[in-house]
Amino acid sequence: MVSLGSAALGVVSGGLGAFAVLRKQSLLGDAISHAALPGIALAFMLTGSKHPLVLVLGAAAAGWIGTLLVIAITRSTYLKEDTALGLVLSVFFGAGLVLLTFIQHRPDAAQAGLDRYLFGQAATQLRRDVAIIAGLGLVAYAVTFLFWKEFKLLSFDREFGASVGMSMRFVDVVLTTVLVIAVVVGLQTVGVVLMAAMIVAPAAAARQWTNRLGVMVALSAGFGALAGVAGSVLSATGAKLPTGPMIVLCLTAIALFSLLLAPARGLVWSFVRHKRSQRVLRVETTLLDLYAMAQQHDDPAHAHSSGALRALGRGNVSGTLGRLEDRGLARQAPGDRWALTEAGREEALRLIGEHGASRHEAEEDA
Amino acid sequence: MTQFQLEIQLIAAVAAVSCALPGVFLVLRRMALMSDAISHSILLGIVLAFFVVENLASPLLILGAAATGVLTVWLVELTHRTRLVREDAAIGLVFPALFSVGVVLIARHAGSVHLDVDAVLLGELAFAPFNRLTIAGHDAGPQALWVMGAVLIANLTFLGLFYKELELTTFDAALAASLGISPALVHYGFMTLVSITAVGAFDAVGSVLVIALMIAPPAAAYLVTERLTAMITVSALFGLLSAILGYWMAHVMDASIAGSMATMAGIVFLVVWLLAPGRGIVALARRHARQRLEFAERMLVIHLMHHENSPDAAEENRLGHLQRHLRWDPEFAARIVRVAERRELLECDPRGELVLTERGRDLARLTMVS
Repeated sequence: MVSLGSAALGVVSGGLGAFAVLRKQSLLGDAISHAALPGIALAFMLTGSKHPLVLVLGAAAAGWIGTLLVIAITRSTYLKEDTALGLVLSVFFGAGLVLLTFIQHRPDAAQAGLDRYLFGQAATQLRRDVAIIAGLGLVAYAVTFLFWKEFKLLSFDREFGASVGMSMRFVDVVLTTVLVIAVVVGLQTVGVVLMAAMIVAPAAAARQWTNRLGVMVALSAGFGALAGVAGSVLSATGAKLPTGPMIVLCLTAIALFSLLLAPARGLVWSFVRHKRSQRVLRVETTLLDLYAMAQQHDDPAHAHSSGALRALGRGNVSGTLGRLEDRGLARQAPGDRWALTEAGREEALRLIGEHGASRHEAEEDA
Repeated sequence: MTQFQLEIQLIAAVAAVSCALPGVFLVLRRMALMSDAISHSILLGIVLAFFVVENLASPLLILGAAATGVLTVWLVELTHRTRLVREDAAIGLVFPALFSVGVVLIARHAGSVHLDVDAVLLGELAFAPFNRLTIAGHDAGPQALWVMGAVLIANLTFLGLFYKELELTTFDAALAASLGISPALVHYGFMTLVSITAVGAFDAVGSVLVIALMIAPPAAAYLVTERLTAMITVSALFGLLSAILGYWMAHVMDASIAGSMATMAGIVFLVVWLLAPGRGIVALARRHARQRLEFAERMLVIHLMHHENSPDAAEENRLGHLQRHLRWDPEFAARIVRVAERRELLECDPRGELVLTERGRDLARLTMVS
């Protein structure tokens, strides 16, 4: 039950979080989750019910108001978004704390359990809770599919959307509402503090694998589900590992893996590419160096000491020379002296021709 | 007021001022959310340092935990610099991860660590006076007061020593670099200070209140003044006000002191946001309304002058016609005419025709020329 719930949560917050990350609003999720706390407390105070649906709706209302306040503050003052987010986040959370402690200090003990929204408690998930996550998630996804084109425009080219007559402000409100839903469904499971990771990490990971929005949302949802299941299973091994943090750590691992190893964008690959192009460049320049030395000598086949090449400062000279020898472009004479072969001279001439031609073109362009 | 109450307020006040000082620069440098990241991830530092020194108020623990704060800043920058994710996403990746490790460590070693995630996050100021510092057998007051006092002095010293450097790197990093001040060095020095402040305050007020006290008072102060020195002073005052009001609100409601202080900081901001002279919402709305009125008045006199002395003047220059020609609703048109009449820009003759006075004509000419 717990892994099912966490998987559903991962799908909802992960997939929908993709839009937040693309719109540079990653931390809006953090602000919404903190801002939701007074909503939970107020919903309980007003209705006296602890039904998760009531509390989630209260949370959503408060999270929504918090978001509107962030927008209002950035519009009407010259405070920047980070300040507005931090302000709403901490003040709402403080207010939530006041209400929670106020409720706790009341004589009736009916309030027990509200504080699990602070840190989340996946272990106590019931069928009802999973149903709420799945139900609200379905609604949010349905809206997303209906507004797919609009959301895409809002994320990538707001001005164009406005110019073709769409009310981007309305679309913004709809997308914000979807994001609010994605955040509040997770509060009970991972808690207020860690919800930010549920929104950001799957999307940041998915972004590394694709440049297509649809694929990114799907991947992000998949990563969320994977981390949800993995985290719940790990925490269920009974070694005193809390579920919420374990899910977040799984997400972090996925994100780290993606940042390092995703094809095309991964850091490891771009490092490898960088090294490879450095090597190609070194081989070519050394070849040209040898050619230039041969030009200045009466005998073109005269071998030159590798020390002369080293003096030019071309990095790993012996490795580069070895590579030239392997390709039959250079040959070694006794005493670590090197000369170009016939093929090497031709290759050098070809390279000079290429460079000469391109320089010629550049001059003509100028 | 009992001695405990006084001490709690004293601790709160010192904490509020200590947080407001670096907060000003956080807000100005657009790094407000770094306080969010740092104040959460120092949990890990506190846990790790606690394993070593086993004393929550030890200066070593504070320094060790502050190192995690700086580590957070460095990790965020490292992640951001790969250009694979944006800075906001980098923050969102780093601090939950470090926080999670902290929570897991606490859960695993619950028996040996007398640390409560609740306490770190939420703080329990009400108990702070019970933890007392004794020097040579004498009671020297609450430990938290000493810790926060030291943090305040560290803040004041740093600000006093590096005010010029901070100001310059905040507003013109390029100029600072060209003058030989390393923006990176100032940045990390400043972030160390923020981390130390956050760690120092966590014990007394909890990390979420640290965010509130670092952001809300400077944000409010920024709406009141543009001068840096004034902004620092006003921030400290707002922080102080939030602390004292927050304490009494908690007293009345029998609720969390830290939460009340954060709420009060928010209320102070709200009041300033609404009422700040010149920049508050009320001032903006009034200016907007006045400009709208002024603009309409000028439209009216131009319209009247355009048609006066022409055959259709009797038809064009009357109240009822303005609705159609200038597309004003009747109420608005009547109001503008009333205002213009009172300011002696026009007169209403017995046939209902609006006739410009010399003053009205002057205004119309002036508007069209300029």
